[in-house]
Amino acid sequence: MVRSNVVLLGPQRLQPTLKDAVDSLGVRGRIASVTAGWEEREREDQELAAHLHNRTYNLGLFERTEDVYRCDPELATAMRARHDRLRKLQELYRVRLSHLMEAARELLRRESLPGYAGLIEPEVRGAIDAVRRLDDEHVQRVREVHVEFAQRWKPQEREHVARHRREIKDVLDSSSALCIAGGHVAILLNRLRLFGVLDLLREQPILAWSAGAMVVTERVVVFHDRPPQGAGDAEVLEVGLSAVQGVVALPHADKRLHLDDRTRVALFARRFEPAVCAALWPCTRMDWRDGRWSGQSGTRKLTTSGELLEVGA
Amino acid sequence: MNGALRELESKHVLHAADIDAFLRSRKFPIVEGRTVTFVFVGAAEEVRLRHWISGLPTSQKFQRFHDSPLWTLSIDIPEGSRVEYKLELVRGGHHQLIQDPLNENLARDPYGANSVVYGAGYAQPDWAQHDHEARLGEIQEQSLSSSAFGDTRSVLVYLPARFRTSRRYPLLIAHDGPDYLKFASLRTVLDNLIHRLEVQPMIVALIQSNNRLIEYADDERHARFLVDELLPMMEARYPLVPQPAARCLMGASFGGVASLAAAWRRPGVFGNLMLQSGSFVFTDIGHHDRGPVFDPVVRFMSDFRARPGRPADNVYLSCGIYEGLIYYNRSIVPLLQSTGMQVKFTEARDGHNWENWRDRLREGLSWLAPGQLWMVYE
Repeated sequence: MVRSNVVLLGPQRLQPTLKDAVDSLGVRGRIASVTAGWEEREREDQELAAHLHNRTYNLGLFERTEDVYRCDPELATAMRARHDRLRKLQELYRVRLSHLMEAARELLRRESLPGYAGLIEPEVRGAIDAVRRLDDEHVQRVREVHVEFAQRWKPQEREHVARHRREIKDVLDSSSALCIAGGHVAILLNRLRLFGVLDLLREQPILAWSAGAMVVTERVVVFHDRPPQGAGDAEVLEVGLSAVQGVVALPHADKRLHLDDRTRVALFARRFEPAVCAALWPCTRMDWRDGRWSGQSGTRKLTTSGELLEVGA
Repeated sequence: MNGALRELESKHVLHAADIDAFLRSRKFPIVEGRTVTFVFVGAAEEVRLRHWISGLPTSQKFQRFHDSPLWTLSIDIPEGSRVEYKLELVRGGHHQLIQDPLNENLARDPYGANSVVYGAGYAQPDWAQHDHEARLGEIQEQSLSSSAFGDTRSVLVYLPARFRTSRRYPLLIAHDGPDYLKFASLRTVLDNLIHRLEVQPMIVALIQSNNRLIEYADDERHARFLVDELLPMMEARYPLVPQPAARCLMGASFGGVASLAAAWRRPGVFGNLMLQSGSFVFTDIGHHDRGPVFDPVVRFMSDFRARPGRPADNVYLSCGIYEGLIYYNRSIVPLLQSTGMQVKFTEARDGHNWENWRDRLREGLSWLAPGQLWMVYE
């Protein structure tokens, strides 16, 4: 469900800006927090709590999920089977993606070569459209897996998930905001989805960073231009929680992407347009307010020309 | 010839001031594309370049510049190369090996330090240098009473940053582990690669031997030590994933032989091997010429080539193309592949040295124990 007030922040470890963002929203009182992406370190949130003057209440979604797995092995088995299906789907998607991306890159390389003027652009457009269609197909397949799972297992109606949901709702009802930290993006998304956390929120604002920023968008795109193994093609991983629209969140873009490579930047932006590909490095901030985006000064987006421009420019 | 040298050459008389100006004007050795010019200034009867590039004469003579104390030698070094060397001075009939006084770049090893020249395009990897953002791991010391060897062994254990007893980790056993720490920056490399999510957080047992040329050369006691003593000790004291797929043996030179031989003797225990410049000497006919220390290695290689079995599931193999061992390493790749193992082989423009082995750590470890780079965004 699209929310009315969401703030996406850059990574918080070395230069935390969360408190400033909370203050700027006028948030008073308790702040519910999600650190499930940190997995077994979920409760090691003392720095986060201190940063917000001990106003946080950790929803403990990772622990709660472990409890559900223990209490409801049937659901746990079903979730593992879904995970395996999604993993295989991702493998198949990756096989197709690698060829399409290589074709798109090769055509883009030839754009500047003599003799191709007037010929190459339709070919480039066609190659990028093919990637976009594949991304769309993949998202649809992933969505179908989740719909089928939800219809068959109705996880939120099952006893132990429902019990935890009631507790989470109590916390959220008495909280003024929800903050979502980063970590393992698939685990974080899985836990938030299992308990339907965003559906339990009223109108409180959400502040999210790193993987947290990725999961509240419509599509979770995983990316790295310079991995030690493989070609480094960004992949659509998942259907996001869609609390915001029209953005692809790219935390640590400065470290993960070749932002000085205009061809790669342009391809990335063209692949996901009209969504804003937001480079969320430390001290950046994007505000989603009543269906519109605005960016704090210094927050950049990847553009189809290959440049980085201020969000809003 | 280098441009600056040509300018000097044009002078009829070379004054000390000319040489000083030349020395101040650039860094040495002079690297211009593939041509590297070594320079020495001083009194000598002869100056030679001593290096360990297999296939080239190990000693190459410098030319004296007119009657000046300036000596030079230009050789071809391909781009991206790393070459370690020393200068050999002949004075009063005596030969002396020294580090290049004009080159501050040194590569250290257990025997001291060599000068090192970087070919055009070579850069020391950033992941092998201290990163202030990387969280630091910890080194603990354990001792282990070994029945196999009848003595007590010291084992250093690397624990990754944010180590937790509540989770299980893969295990890497590194032969010559303290040397990997000292000469290949292994601790810094692990801290960085784990921080960058390029390799899994892992526990590393850093072992050493006082008699490595014996124990690492397919010594049955060593396989017993690893499998029946070290591994149980590590599993008892640390939270390890108890599966072969999460275990790796690593070693360089004779350490590579030790890794392969132990996995071959005890198949099904170690899923992964990282073999760097392994001393896999063998002969197809007749006796080898590498001295008696290689006898057990050659025997092992004969047995292994005849009955390779399937020592592990994944093998990362690397070797420098300037090493004499490149022939053997290239030769065993098809054999390793024929066993059904996944094999990744890398050749480097480097020699038989610790910085070569350091520079391959990222590729090898990230292939054998890939981290969650694509999934974790902190």
